[in-house]
Amino acid sequence: MLDPLALAVALPLLGALLVTMLPGWSRTLGMLTALATTGVALWLTVTVWSGEGLRSDLGGWGVPLGIGLRADGLAAALVAMANLVALAISINATGYFGAAESSRKFWPLWLLLWTALNGLFLAADLFNLYVMLELLGLSAAALGALTGTREAAEANLRYLLVGLLGSMTYLLGVALLYTAYGVLDLELVAEALTPGPVAWSALALMIGGLLLKSALFPLHFWLPPAHANAPAPVSAALSALVVKAAVYLVLRLWLDLFDGIATLPAAMLLGLLGAGAVLWGSWRALRAERLKLLAAYSTVAQIGYLFLFLPLLTAAPDGDTRERLLTALVLLALTHGFAKAGFFLAAGLVQKSTGHDRIRELGGAAQSLPAATFTIGLAGVALIGLPPSGTFFAKWVLVGQAIALGQWWWALVAMAGTLLAAAYVFRVLARAFNREPTPKCFLTDPRTEIPALLLAALSALAVGLAAQPIAVLLGAGV
Amino acid sequence: MSSSNPQALLIPLLLAAIGALLFWAFWSGLTGHEGERLAALALERVPESGASNPVTSVLLNFRAYDTLLELAVLLAALLGIWSLGPAAAPYQRASLLLDSLVGWVVPMLIIAGGYLLWIGGQAPGGAFQAGALLGAAGVTLALSGRPNAGLPGEAWLRVLAALGTLVFALIGLTLMGVGLGFLTYPPALAKALILTIETGATLSIGATLAAAFLGGRPRAKRNAEP
Amino acid sequence: MSHEILLTQLLYGGAGILFFLLGVWSFISHEPLWRKLIALNIMGAGVFHVLVAVAYRGLDAPPDPVPHALVLTGIVVAVSATALALAFGRRLDREAPEHTSDAHGGVDDREDGTHA
Repeated sequence: MLDPLALAVALPLLGALLVTMLPGWSRTLGMLTALATTGVALWLTVTVWSGEGLRSDLGGWGVPLGIGLRADGLAAALVAMANLVALAISINATGYFGAAESSRKFWPLWLLLWTALNGLFLAADLFNLYVMLELLGLSAAALGALTGTREAAEANLRYLLVGLLGSMTYLLGVALLYTAYGVLDLELVAEALTPGPVAWSALALMIGGLLLKSALFPLHFWLPPAHANAPAPVSAALSALVVKAAVYLVLRLWLDLFDGIATLPAAMLLGLLGAGAVLWGSWRALRAERLKLLAAYSTVAQIGYLFLFLPLLTAAPDGDTRERLLTALVLLALTHGFAKAGFFLAAGLVQKSTGHDRIRELGGAAQSLPAATFTIGLAGVALIGLPPSGTFFAKWVLVGQAIALGQWWWALVAMAGTLLAAAYVFRVLARAFNREPTPKCFLTDPRTEIPALLLAALSALAVGLAAQPIAVLLGAGV
Repeated sequence: MSSSNPQALLIPLLLAAIGALLFWAFWSGLTGHEGERLAALALERVPESGASNPVTSVLLNFRAYDTLLELAVLLAALLGIWSLGPAAAPYQRASLLLDSLVGWVVPMLIIAGGYLLWIGGQAPGGAFQAGALLGAAGVTLALSGRPNAGLPGEAWLRVLAALGTLVFALIGLTLMGVGLGFLTYPPALAKALILTIETGATLSIGATLAAAFLGGRPRAKRNAEP
Repeated sequence: MSHEILLTQLLYGGAGILFFLLGVWSFISHEPLWRKLIALNIMGAGVFHVLVAVAYRGLDAPPDPVPHALVLTGIVVAVSATALALAFGRRLDREAPEHTSDAHGGVDDREDGTHA
């Protein structure tokens, strides 16, 4: 009896252990693990999509004694996205880390990061989430420093410390909940939780700690240098997946654990910070001088959009409106995951072949690297939110519901952010196309370009059109 | 950082206010809620877990999944440390007196580690305490000038560091394969499985801690001697 | 729950909260890496203190083993994180510009200029 939930965590862990022990085989073993893990993740998503929520009790003790894993629609949607992106990053990494030495360093840490991502999306236990957060934070910081430069080490040390501060704060919240209720399973605590000082303190500590990790404005200061200085496949993973995991956890706690505790004013505060992130992040992206820094600031902005949904979700009555908002939110998160990963992989290629990633000097990149430029264009479509990307539908719902629920100001923020996004994307594309077009051949390095291209195409074309199945998935297994 | 800075006063005041709120929350958490708690259930089911020490039951059976991932965190830290650079140069070789003391202390640490590993099933002790003692033996060796803290070369060290987690994960997967579920021990085998996992974990924890103390990738054997 | 147990739990748990906040204060107001790491470990010790206090159920009853196990797990995680952060510090020291004596403090110094 194979359990897809446990396999989604155990397989990448097993792979990480094997590549640690047999570094000479790291590429082969790593790719095999990547394929197997993605297969399990898709199996898991299809199972949930067909109407069965998954739950498994590890050790067979059941709650509250043992630790559970579970997948509802929200978890399954993110697992599918994260594993597809991770597979593309893995393929790209086999080309990017050509030299044996850096490839040996990359694979075990990367598979441990993957373990933590799947474990985090599927966890149903508050303390287990802490362990996953730490595994994620440690492996992400170590991977981010693989470029070996001083800037990368500084940025990732700061990221590590901020992450530790965040997870310690989260852990104190868990300790308070255990003090009051004596259980750690998320659903059991949620059932028992009543408004009061314990609930409010735990909410503030846990959400606060996670906001640090999800880089919500003005706690985003650590993100741009850490993401911009990492090797390209790692940047893609950090921006598309690692930050998203923290945001997912905020959402999970907000909707499942603190439902009824979290008040509208608290949600408004987070929405306000989200608005700040949209405007400030987009503005800094517009002013960025380097392609990867632009992408990193754009992540700050895109994280902001996700938080704009919180006040709407909190204000929305249960039922249809709430479901549509949640679908839009997930659509946005998935689209950004695909788009940003594709963008970073393409930026990595530009950096590798031109020796720099200064936007001002991109002149003619489109001529020498047509596939990479096309990728950036497609990802740009998704980041701006042009139809038929998922972002377009998500913003459509966001603006519509903001007005319907009487919180019209979020609509203004979303529109301003969209204009700024268009400006920063076209600024890159304008530089890339400023020589007469004489493309010789579309692909220059298929192994690094095709994964990026597929991710960007998924983000710009597929996710938006798949809004209906995604809505079905989110409705399933609750 | 001068104390005349208003910020230097503001932060402690703010933290004191937060502290008062947290203390209130803690107090109301202790007094306010009389419900079913995990503690009674955990103690009640210890006899079924294969270990008579309740903490070991929780760590290696009820919440074994946490422990598996915690070993992965330890490994991630070591891999991260290795990726940041080579180990520091070895310490100067200790004098004769200290050296013979080390010759006494290290075997004692190893024996004490073995004892803690064994006793962990019934009394306080277990893989982490035992691993910490082995790690301390490694640190002692490194401080007294032994290159590589008495650890094997990089190839074997990699095996040693991953071994504990590998044994743990493979046992979990095998149990899933035979239809029991991930990390679900059959009661008859629980004691033996826990001891196997703990032995592997002790070796890996000890090796990882000692290797982490060296602060970087192990140096090749040839040029290790000063 | 008897009076003695509650008082003990409040005393030790309250001390844990105090440790946690002292750690937070030290983390935000000191620049050098080693001070930040000690601060983080004090914060961790504070949380563990709270958990151990919750586990206490009087002198006659066995303590709740679950928080004890959580603390053991937490300690190993904290050790791992500290070790990795120290390796980062060593990496930065190795090619520190000029004065290496307090180069750990240099993590942030380009941005706010408070580094003396």
